[in-house]
Amino acid sequence: MNVLELEDVSYRYPRSREPALKRVHLEVAPGELIVLAGATGSGKSTLLGIACGLVPHFHGGEFTGRAQIAGMDLRDHGPGELATAVGTLFQDPETQVVMGTVRSELAFPLENRGAAPAAVARGVEEAGLALGIDRLLGRDTATLSGGELQRVALGAALVGRPALLVLDEPTSQLDPVAGDELIGTLRRLNEDYDAAILLSEHRLERCLGLADRVIALDGGRVVCDAPPDRFLAWALAEAPELATPGARLLNGVGLRPAAGVKRARRALRERGLLPDPADHAASARRKGRPNPALAFHRVWHEVHEGPVILRSLSVDVAAGEKVALMGRNGAGKSTVLRHAAGLMEPTRGQVTRTGRVALLLQNPNDYLVHDRVAAEAPAAALEAVGLEADLGDRNPRDLSGGEKQRLALATVLGDPSLAPPAVLCLDEPTRGLDRGRKANLAALLRTLTAAVLVATHDPEFVATFADRVVLLGDGAVIADGSPAEVLATGTYFATETARILGGVGGALTPEDGVTLLMHREPAEVTV
Amino acid sequence: MSYRRRPSPLHAARAAAGVCYCAALAVAALLVSAPLVLGAVALAVVSAGMAAGVGRDLRRAATFALPLAGLVALINALVTREGLTVIWRVGELPVLGHTDITLEATAYGAVLGLRAATLVLCGALYTAAVDPDEVLRLFRRASFRSALAATLATRLVPVLARDARRLSDAQRCRSGPPATRVQLLRATTAGIFDRALDVAAALEVRGYGSARRPPRFTRPYSRHDIAFLGAAAGVAVLALATRVGDLAPFQAYPALHLPVPASEAALAVALFTCALAPFSSRRGIER
Repeated sequence: MNVLELEDVSYRYPRSREPALKRVHLEVAPGELIVLAGATGSGKSTLLGIACGLVPHFHGGEFTGRAQIAGMDLRDHGPGELATAVGTLFQDPETQVVMGTVRSELAFPLENRGAAPAAVARGVEEAGLALGIDRLLGRDTATLSGGELQRVALGAALVGRPALLVLDEPTSQLDPVAGDELIGTLRRLNEDYDAAILLSEHRLERCLGLADRVIALDGGRVVCDAPPDRFLAWALAEAPELATPGARLLNGVGLRPAAGVKRARRALRERGLLPDPADHAASARRKGRPNPALAFHRVWHEVHEGPVILRSLSVDVAAGEKVALMGRNGAGKSTVLRHAAGLMEPTRGQVTRTGRVALLLQNPNDYLVHDRVAAEAPAAALEAVGLEADLGDRNPRDLSGGEKQRLALATVLGDPSLAPPAVLCLDEPTRGLDRGRKANLAALLRTLTAAVLVATHDPEFVATFADRVVLLGDGAVIADGSPAEVLATGTYFATETARILGGVGGALTPEDGVTLLMHREPAEVTV
Repeated sequence: MSYRRRPSPLHAARAAAGVCYCAALAVAALLVSAPLVLGAVALAVVSAGMAAGVGRDLRRAATFALPLAGLVALINALVTREGLTVIWRVGELPVLGHTDITLEATAYGAVLGLRAATLVLCGALYTAAVDPDEVLRLFRRASFRSALAATLATRLVPVLARDARRLSDAQRCRSGPPATRVQLLRATTAGIFDRALDVAAALEVRGYGSARRPPRFTRPYSRHDIAFLGAAAGVAVLALATRVGDLAPFQAYPALHLPVPASEAALAVALFTCALAPFSSRRGIER
C-alpha cells in the first residue's frame, strides 16, 4: 500500500483567487525518498501541508479530489489522527518546539497518543540515539542552537516511527555543516526506518544525490516527476533556475547531468576533464587598508555571565566593497553586524564608521509597520530596490517573501539622494529564497554604491555577489580573502562547482568551471 | 523570567514537590502576620531562590514586588483611619478628606506590603524553578487542554520577549522618522498572532488535536522529592499552627505593640530552617 496517494487534488486557500494546487496526481511508496522542487509559490508547502493534514483542516480553504495518507482519507482524518502515521518538520526550528526540555519534546507526541510510560521512555531514548541527541535529553530547549533545535524537532517527528516523513525546507536556517549533517541523518533514517520521505528544498544540490525521485511543481501543477538525473536533464531544458550548479557545469562541457558531487566528478574523470587537485588557489589573509568605510579594531564581545562571542576581532570593509561574512551558527556573524550598526557596544575594542550603517535583520516583517507599501519608505528608495510603483497601495503583509525583503531593504536604505548609507549590512538575506530571487538580490547588491556586508550560509549566493569573504570561527577571523581563495578550498563552505573541481583554478560558478575546463588540455582518461 | 534547568536540589525535585514547596511558602506568607515571622518567610523565599541558582530571576521580580510593597504600605497609611500615634498631620486631601498618618497604619501597611512582595517572589521562584512540562504532566490527567494552555502561555512569555527585542532592533535600523506607538502595537499584535499560529500548527502535527487521556506516570521518589515535600509539609504545619494557636500575635491597632517573645523568634528560626533544609543535600542535582 502506498503511504501517500493523491488523485486529482486541487486546493485553494481562503481569500485566494488562484488555486495553490491544480489537479495533482501523486503516489509515494513506502521507503521512497522524494525531493520537491520548484520556485517560491509553486505549491510545494501546500502539497506538504496536505500530506500532514494541515491543509485543509488547519488552514481551511477549498479542497477537491481524493487524498489517502497511510490508508486514511484526508476528508475524514485531521492532522492529529494523521500524526500517528506522518511526522512533520517545518522550516523554523524555533516555532515548532513546544515544550521546555528535549526529553519532554520527544515524549510529547507519544504522550498524546496515550502511550504507556515505559513505551514513552523507550521511544524517547531510541529517537535520541538515532539522531545523536541523547546527550541533549536533559537540556532546556531554550538553550539549544538552531541545528540542535532542528534535530530535536526531527526527533519529535520521528519518535512515533511514522510511515511518512514530511519536511519543509528543514535546512534553510542551518549552516552548511548542520545542514549536511541533517541531510545525512535523513538518509540513514530512510534506510534504517524505511520511512518514506517527502522533502522540499531550495538548495537541490544538497539532497538530489540521495533522492529516488524528484517532483517539480510550477503554478500548482506537477511538471516533472522523474529520477534525479532525468529531472536535471529536464530542468536544464525547461526550468534552468532549478538546475543544480553541478548539472550546469556538466552540461556546459557537453556531458549528461548527474546528481551529486561524487557522480559529477566521476563523469568528468571518465572524460579526462577532472583537473589536477594540486592546482589549488592560494589562501591568503588580508591586510588592513587606509580609510575603510567600516573597521573593527580588536573588538571583544563578552556576555555577562555568558560566553565570549567575539575575540579580538579586527576586520575592515572598504568603501563600495561587497563582503560576505560566513561561519557556523554561533560563530559571531550576527553579532558583528549588530556592532557594525551600533545596536551593540563592544566590551573591549572599537568600531569606527565613516557614515551611516544600515542593517537589515533576518525577518523583514519586523520592519513593516504601516498599512501601505508607499508609507514604509520614500518612493526613491522603493525604486532603488526595484519595487514596482503599482505596489504602493498594497498592504506590506500581503507581499511575497522576496517583495517584503526588498521593502524592508528600502526602509533601512532610506532616500538615496538624502542620506545614503556608507555600509549596508544584511543578516541571512537568502533564507527561504529560491534561486531566481537570490540571483535578483545579488544583482541588486552589486548595483549599490555603498559597501555591503552580508552574513550568510549560502556559498552559491556569495559566489555571485561578493568581492571578498571573511570566514569566522569562534568569534575570530579564520580566513579572509577573495571568494576564490576562501570558497574554492573549503569542504563545507564551498560551492558545488568548487567541490566537484576540487577547488582548482578558484572556479566557483558553473560558468567559471566551464571556462576553466574548456581551456585545459584533456588529461589521460582513467576509468 | 522563565524556567531553565539548573543544577540545584529544587530543580532536581519532581514538579509536584516544587509546586507544594512554593505553595507552602505562599500559604505561610498569607497566614502569618507577625513582622519577624513574615520576614523569616520572605527571607526563606529569597534564600531558596539563591540556593536554587535563580537569584537573578528573583531580583528581576523584586523590581516589581518592592514598588508594589511600597504602594500597598502608602495606600494603607493614607486611607486607614485607625491608630493612636499620629506621625504626620497631612491635612485636607482631595477624595480622602482630612488625613492623619498614624504609626500603626504605616506599620500594618508595611506588613501588608511585605506579604504582597513575598507572594510575588514565591510566584517568581515557582516560575524559575519548577519545570512547566512536568506540571503539565501532573495536571493533564485532570484537564489536559487547560494544563497545556497554561503551560504554553508560560512558555510564550520569553518567546514574545525575544520577538519584542527583535522588533525593537529592527525599528532602530529604519531610516527616517520612527514609527508611532500605535503602529508598533499593531505590528507586535500581528507578530503575536503569527507566532500563535505557528505554535498551533506545530501542536496539531504532534497529535495534540487527538490527544487521549494519558496513563498514570510513576517514578521512584528521590531524596530531593522527599526533602521538598517534607519541607512543604513542615512549613505549612508551622504556619497553620501559628495562625490557629495564635503563637505569633500581631496587633497594630489601636496602638502598636511589638513584643518579640522567645517563642516568636523560635518560630521564625524554625520556619526559615525548615524551608532551607532541603538545600543542604546537593547529591544528584544535575540531570
